[in-house]
Amino acid sequence: MNNADQNKITRRLTGKLLLVVVGMFGFGFLLVPLYNVMCDVLGINGRFIDIQSGQVDVAEQERLGAQASLQVDESREVRVQFLTQLNQNLNWEFRALDNAVTVHPGQVMEVRFYAKNLTGREVVGQAVPSIVPAKAFKYFTKMECFCFSHQVLKPGEEVEMPLRFVVRPDLPEDIRTISLAYTFFDTENRDGGKQVRAEEPAAVLAQHAR
Amino acid sequence: MSEHGPEKGIKRWLFTTNHKDIGTLYLWFSFIMLLVGGAMAMVIRAELMYPGMQVVNPNFFNMMTTMHGLIMVFGAIMPATVGMANWLIPMMIGAPDMAMPRMNNWSFWILPFAATMLVLPMFMGGDFLAGQGPAFGWTFYEPLSGQYDNLAFFIFAVHLLGISSIMGSINIIATILNLRAPGMTLMKMPMFVWTWLITAFLLIAVMPVLAGAVTMMLTDKYFGTSFFDAAGGGDPVLFQHVFWFFGHPEVYIMILPAFGIVSQIIPTFARKKLFGYSSMVYATAAIAFLSFIVWAHHMYTVGMPVAGELYFMYATVMIAVPTAVKVFNWTATMWRGAMTFETPMLWAVAFVFLFTIGGFTGLMLGVAPSDFQYHDTYFVVAHFHYVLVTGALFALIGGVYYWLPKWTGNMYDEKLGKLHFWLSVISVNVLFFPQHFVGLAGMQRRVPDYAVQFADWNFWSSIGGFVFGLSQLLFMYIVIKTIKGGEKASDKVWDNPEGLEWTVPSPAPYHTFETAPEIK
Ligand code: HEM
Ligand SMILES: [Cu+2]
Repeated sequence: MNNADQNKITRRLTGKLLLVVVGMFGFGFLLVPLYNVMCDVLGINGRFIDIQSGQVDVAEQERLGAQASLQVDESREVRVQFLTQLNQNLNWEFRALDNAVTVHPGQVMEVRFYAKNLTGREVVGQAVPSIVPAKAFKYFTKMECFCFSHQVLKPGEEVEMPLRFVVRPDLPEDIRTISLAYTFFDTENRDGGKQVRAEEPAAVLAQHAR
Repeated sequence: MSEHGPEKGIKRWLFTTNHKDIGTLYLWFSFIMLLVGGAMAMVIRAELMYPGMQVVNPNFFNMMTTMHGLIMVFGAIMPATVGMANWLIPMMIGAPDMAMPRMNNWSFWILPFAATMLVLPMFMGGDFLAGQGPAFGWTFYEPLSGQYDNLAFFIFAVHLLGISSIMGSINIIATILNLRAPGMTLMKMPMFVWTWLITAFLLIAVMPVLAGAVTMMLTDKYFGTSFFDAAGGGDPVLFQHVFWFFGHPEVYIMILPAFGIVSQIIPTFARKKLFGYSSMVYATAAIAFLSFIVWAHHMYTVGMPVAGELYFMYATVMIAVPTAVKVFNWTATMWRGAMTFETPMLWAVAFVFLFTIGGFTGLMLGVAPSDFQYHDTYFVVAHFHYVLVTGALFALIGGVYYWLPKWTGNMYDEKLGKLHFWLSVISVNVLFFPQHFVGLAGMQRRVPDYAVQFADWNFWSSIGGFVFGLSQLLFMYIVIKTIKGGEKASDKVWDNPEGLEWTVPSPAPYHTFETAPEIK
C-alpha cells in the first residue's frame, strides 16, 4: 500500500468516526425529550411536565376532573397534604392555608394558598408542583391551579390562590396519603439569587417601615 | 523519510509530530497533574485528620474535593493512558507512527490550555483562599453547579478536554485499523492494543454526550433555556442521567487501558503466554457494551420506580461476569508460572489483588437496596479509589517501570523501585481501607467535618495519605535518575518478553518500523 492510498483510507475512516461524534452529541440532546416522554408515559417522577413547560390544556383538565367526579367513592378516604417551598432566590412568603385535607376519590375539593411578595420589585413567579408517591401522579387531576400560569406580584402585594382538584376513583388501593409539594421560582432570576440578596436589605426594610 | 533525529530545544516539543515525543509529553503532563491533584488530596486529608474545622474553610474544602477529582480524572489518569498509547501502539503493531501525526500534536497541546482554564478560577479575585474555583463536586450536579459564577470557564475547559480526547481517539482507531504491519491480524494484536481500541470507541461515543451536557448547562445559565432548570420546566434529575450516561463508560475508559498494561506485564514475569487471549478480547468488548446500559446505578436514591432499580441492578451486577473472566485469566496466567517479582510485576500483582477488592465493593454498591445505605458515604469513596488508584494508577506506574528501560535505554534502580512499591502499597491501604469502615458506619463524603466516632480511622487514613503522597516524589526521582543514566538495558530488557517493541534497540530509536516488520 502506498502513502496516497493510506491517506485516503485514513481520511474516509476519520469521516465516519466524526459522524459518530456528531451523532452522539445529538444523542445527548435527544435524551431530553426521551426523558420527558418516558416520565410522561410511565407517569413516573411525579412531575407535571405540561404545567412546567406552560403548555397545560386547562379545558382538558376540567373535562378529566368532571369525568372523575361522576363516581364518588364514599367508601374510601385519601389524605392529601400540602407542602410549600421557595427556591432560594425568591423572597416571598408562601404557605398553604389548609395544611391537609381528607377527600373521597372522585370528590372535587378546593383549597387555598397564600403568597406575599416581600421584595421591593415586581416578581414573576412560577409554582412547580411535585407529587409523592410518584405513582399517585397519574390519578391526581387539577382542574384549577395557580401553577397553571405565572403569578405576577407587585412589591408588597399579597394574594390567595386556589387549587381545585380531584383524586380519581381508580387510585390504587395502597395509596392512602398523597403529598403535593409546590416550589415557587423566580422566573427571571436563576443565578441563585445573588443579585436579589444584594438588593434585598433596603427593600425589605422599606416594606417593614410601611 | 531519512535518518533524521529530533529538532533541538523547545521547538522539538512544540512542533513535534513524533509519536514517542508526544507520548513523553502526555506522560509528563499527567505526572505534573498527578502532583497537583495529589497536593489537593493532601489538603483534604489534613482537614479530615481530626474532627472539627482546622485547616481550611468549608468552601475551600469543597473546591479541593472538586478540583482533585476533576484533575485526577481528566488531567492525570486519562492523559497518562493516552501517553502510553502514543508510545506503545505504533511500536506494538509495527507502524512507523500514528495515522495522523499532526493532529496528534494538537490533541496534546490543547491539554495544557484546558487545564489552565480549569484551574484559573481558583485564583480569580486575587484571593486563593476565598475558593472562587468550582466547588460542586467532580460530577457537577445541577442545580448547584448552575449557580456557580465562573461556570463558563469550567464548561470551556470541559469542551477542550473533550475535543482533545476525541481527536486522540480517532487517531488511535485509525492507527490500529489502518497501520498494522502485514500479518498483524486483529486477533494477534497485543492486549494493550485491543483494550485501547475499545477504549477509543467508548471515548468517541461518550465524550460528545458530556459535551452536550455542559452545553445544556451553558445555555441554561446564559441563554435562558431550561434543560435542567425546574422553574422553566426542566429537571435536575435529567442532568444526572445525561452525566452518568457519560460517567459510567468514563470509568471504564480509565480502567480498560490499565487492564491492557497488566495483561502485558503478567505474562512476561510469569514466563507463560497470556491465558485465554480471545476470552480477554471478548470480555473487554462485553464490559464496554454493558457500560452503556448501567448508568443509573449511580442514582438509585433519586426516586426511580422499582422496575428501574431492578433493571439497573441486574445489568450492573452482570458486569461482574466479564470482569471476573479477566481476573481469572490473569490468575491462571500466573498459575504454575516461573514467576519472578521485578518491580513492574509487583505493581501488576498488587493491581490484581486490590482492583478485585474494588470490584467486590462495586458489587455491594450495585445491589440497589444496600446502596441506599452506602450511597454518598465514604464507602463509595473507598470503592472508587480501590479501582482507580490501586487499579488504574498502579497499572500505569507498573507500565512505566516495565517500558522505561525501552524508552530510555537505561535500567531503573531495582532497589528504589521496590522501595517505592512497598511504601505505596502499604500506605495506600492504610489510606483507603479504613474508609470502608467509616463509610459503612455512616460518614458522608464531601463534608469537611465529621462526628467524633470516626476520628480514629480518619487519623490513620490521613497518615496513609501523606505517606502515599510523598512516596510519589520518590517515583519522580527514580524516573529522572533513569533518564539521566544507569545500567544499560538490553534490547529485550526482560527475560523473554512478547511483542514487537522488544525487537527494536533500547532506547527505542526516534523512528521505528519505517519499513514494516515481518509477522510470523
Ligand atoms: C464490578 C464492577 C463495578 C461495579 C458493579 C460498580 C458499581 C458502582 C456503583 C453501584 C457505584 C455508585 C455508588 C453510589 O454512588 O452509591 C459506583 C461508583 C463509582 N465507581 Fe464503580 N463499579 C464497578 C467498577 C468500577 C471501576 C472499574 C471503576 C473505575 C475504574 C469504577 C469507578 C467508580 C467511580 C469513580 C464511582 C463514584 C462516582 C461518584 O463520584 O459518585 N467502578 N460503582
Ligand atoms: Cu458506574
